[in-house]
Amino acid sequence: MTTSAVLARGLGLASLALGVPQVAAPDRFAEAVGAQPTPQARDLTIGIGIRELSAAAGLLTRGSSPTWLWSRVAGDVMDLVLLGRALRGGARGRTVAATVAVAGLTAVDLRAARRSGRGRPPTSSSAPSASGAASAPGPSASSSSSSSSGSDLELTAAVTVARSPQEVYDFWRGLERLPSFMWHLQSVEWVGEGRTRWTAQAPVKKSVTWEAELVEDVPGEVIAWRSLPGADIDNSGSVRFREAPAGRGTEVRVHIRYALPGGRAGALVARLAGEEPHQQVEDDLRRFKQVIETGAVVRSEGSPEGPSARRQLLQHPGSPSAGT
Amino acid sequence: MKATCWMGRNTVEVVDVPDPKILDERDAIIRITSTAICGSDLHLYDGYVPEMKRGDILGHEFMGEVVETGKGVGNLSVGDRVVVPFPIACGACEQCRNGMTSVCENSNPNSGMAEKLWGHATSGIFGYSHLTGGFAGGQAEYARVPFADVGPMKVPSSLTDEQVLFLTDVFPTGYMGAEMCDISPGDTVAIWGAGPVGQFAAASAALLGAHRVVVIDRFDYRLDIVARHTGAQTLNYEQVDVRDALQEITAGRGPDAVIDCVGLEAHHPNAALHTYDRVKQATRAESDRGHSLRQMITSVRNGGVVSIVGVYGGFVDKFPIGSLMNRSLTVRTGQTHVHRYQHGLLARIERGEIDPSFIVTHRASLSDAPAMYETFKNKRDDCLKVVLTP
Ligand SMILES: NC(=O)c1ccc[n+]([C@@H]2O[C@H](COP(=O)([O-])OP(=O)(O)OC[C@H]3O[C@@H](n4cnc5c(N)ncnc54)[C@H](O)[C@@H]3O)[C@@H](O)[C@H]2O)c1
Ligand SMILES: [Zn+2]
Ligand SMILES: [Zn+2]
Repeated sequence: MTTSAVLARGLGLASLALGVPQVAAPDRFAEAVGAQPTPQARDLTIGIGIRELSAAAGLLTRGSSPTWLWSRVAGDVMDLVLLGRALRGGARGRTVAATVAVAGLTAVDLRAARRSGRGRPPTSSSAPSASGAASAPGPSASSSSSSSSGSDLELTAAVTVARSPQEVYDFWRGLERLPSFMWHLQSVEWVGEGRTRWTAQAPVKKSVTWEAELVEDVPGEVIAWRSLPGADIDNSGSVRFREAPAGRGTEVRVHIRYALPGGRAGALVARLAGEEPHQQVEDDLRRFKQVIETGAVVRSEGSPEGPSARRQLLQHPGSPSAGT
Repeated sequence: MKATCWMGRNTVEVVDVPDPKILDERDAIIRITSTAICGSDLHLYDGYVPEMKRGDILGHEFMGEVVETGKGVGNLSVGDRVVVPFPIACGACEQCRNGMTSVCENSNPNSGMAEKLWGHATSGIFGYSHLTGGFAGGQAEYARVPFADVGPMKVPSSLTDEQVLFLTDVFPTGYMGAEMCDISPGDTVAIWGAGPVGQFAAASAALLGAHRVVVIDRFDYRLDIVARHTGAQTLNYEQVDVRDALQEITAGRGPDAVIDCVGLEAHHPNAALHTYDRVKQATRAESDRGHSLRQMITSVRNGGVVSIVGVYGGFVDKFPIGSLMNRSLTVRTGQTHVHRYQHGLLARIERGEIDPSFIVTHRASLSDAPAMYETFKNKRDDCLKVVLTP
């Protein structure tokens, strides 16, 4: 079983264990969690028990379907009703313990639901993006995905930019400007005959270089490239520009493929792309949009360098620091 | 400089921090002359908005004098007196060009973070958590204002700080709340919350031609102010059943539109039910308390408008979607697109249609911010709005 299936099964059993006594012996259950066994508490307890049992049924039969896991998350919430009421009416010690236990269960539920549904409650209608390549983003959105099939790492991302396809193409076609928003690149230089030399920064002061050639170049439509033999990293990619509907600007779709032959090159790519390679491409496109629409990457005190997935995990305080 | 920093739940401190510097050529530095505490700051103070960091400078309602501009800021000069909209907006993206500046696509460097919670990100906001960018706020002596060629609006010297300060947030917010109601002649508009936002929603609903405005709260001193300054009728929800009273006032139709000026810390008059939401919120099983929202939805008339400007962060339970759907209701909401309203509302102030300074009850120095947060939060000393001067 996968981890999330094991979690789901465990949660199903937990639901069962909670639900049965609630329905069978509501007064004793209410007392156990520190609530007063009033008729109201009794009805509530039975109601919650029934809800718990239905969650158990769903979890044990459908396994780690995100819907059932999120229904458990929602269910946990209800238990706290009782506990909340109880907190007002004495028996505090027991209630606090029960609250902690339920809250703990909520945390486990959340984790399981995240794992199976990539962190989104089912209400957000997150259809799993099959390849991500053609999924249409909203006007402001960027979308991305990564997959590694066999020995390749494929990255796709998309963003809509409020400029004409020709302007967006021209900006990108400069290539030398790519490092202003693609931070893992140090430089891109033209070396003649439609060839470019790319230098990328690898962690710990290493840099990686390769030469590439354009394999497709249609103004306002597409730029595609591929590395030449002898590259540190064998890679290819394309960026496509398409007019967005009714004056919404240009849809920019990027597709990058790294060959991952294992060994040194594979390790290099892994280091270059970081733990969340699709995040990196997504950040690149966010910054690209900012640079082309506003003239610069947007910086705050919390994210002084501008958007980056890494910095979002390690925010500075929202206060001017001596460094910035 | 001195700045009011969030130091954890229920703790703010005024501390010395480095002065802000220009980071981008479209930045300006403002020397702050007046800055206010907002109900939204209370959500941060109380710890209900995620992604706050110790040391974050609070404050998004501020004005002052331009002391430095980047070379991309052609419209402002040193010495200009300006008010600064609380959302940060680039002015160039599709949303900005449509006037939806609080959902600017470019001004939030942490949009990846916000997308995880909300699916899509909002604009950056001054001093309002790292979800909205991690920007330093304006309860301080100075502030860096990004996209200063887009946001700050010059104000005439004939008007005092207190007359124009609320153009940064609460006046446009109340106005947008009322505007979203599409008020037509004969309409009754019911407003939950008589805080600063509710006060301006009531004043704006009257300006926009509502037949009758009803404001609901439990603090009589706040209800008295709204009645006195806007002519609204008031209901104390601890003394009457709100839905029954609204049915009575509208002869069974229900109000044509309702405005939420309460937000995620709604209070419930029934102690047990209030506890229900509080416990769920405290244990993070629900992030937002939904009581007034639920009551608004079930109170509004069939086909009516539910206008939400009170702030919510995440999820509420027991959301009455059945009532909403079956009764043809319309929901409209948003962080305020201040840029869109500030000029028109300034003109109304200049014409004498409204003097927003009526909400100010407390004036203090910046260094008193910690005490003033407590006073405002606990509605002590009949507090409605605090203005701090550095
Ligand atoms: N949309 C925006 O851009 C925007 C801008 C500013 C403020 N806000 C939000 O507006 C809300 C109000 O702000 P404020 O500055 O007026 O805050 P405030 O805290 O001064 O006012 C809130 C009022 O709501 C009342 N209240 C609580 N529970 C109630 C209930 N069940 N029924 C009726 N009234 C109830 C409180 O007694 C209080 O008077 C906050 O959520 C704030 O975050 C939104
Ligand atoms: Zn505010
Ligand atoms: Zn914008």
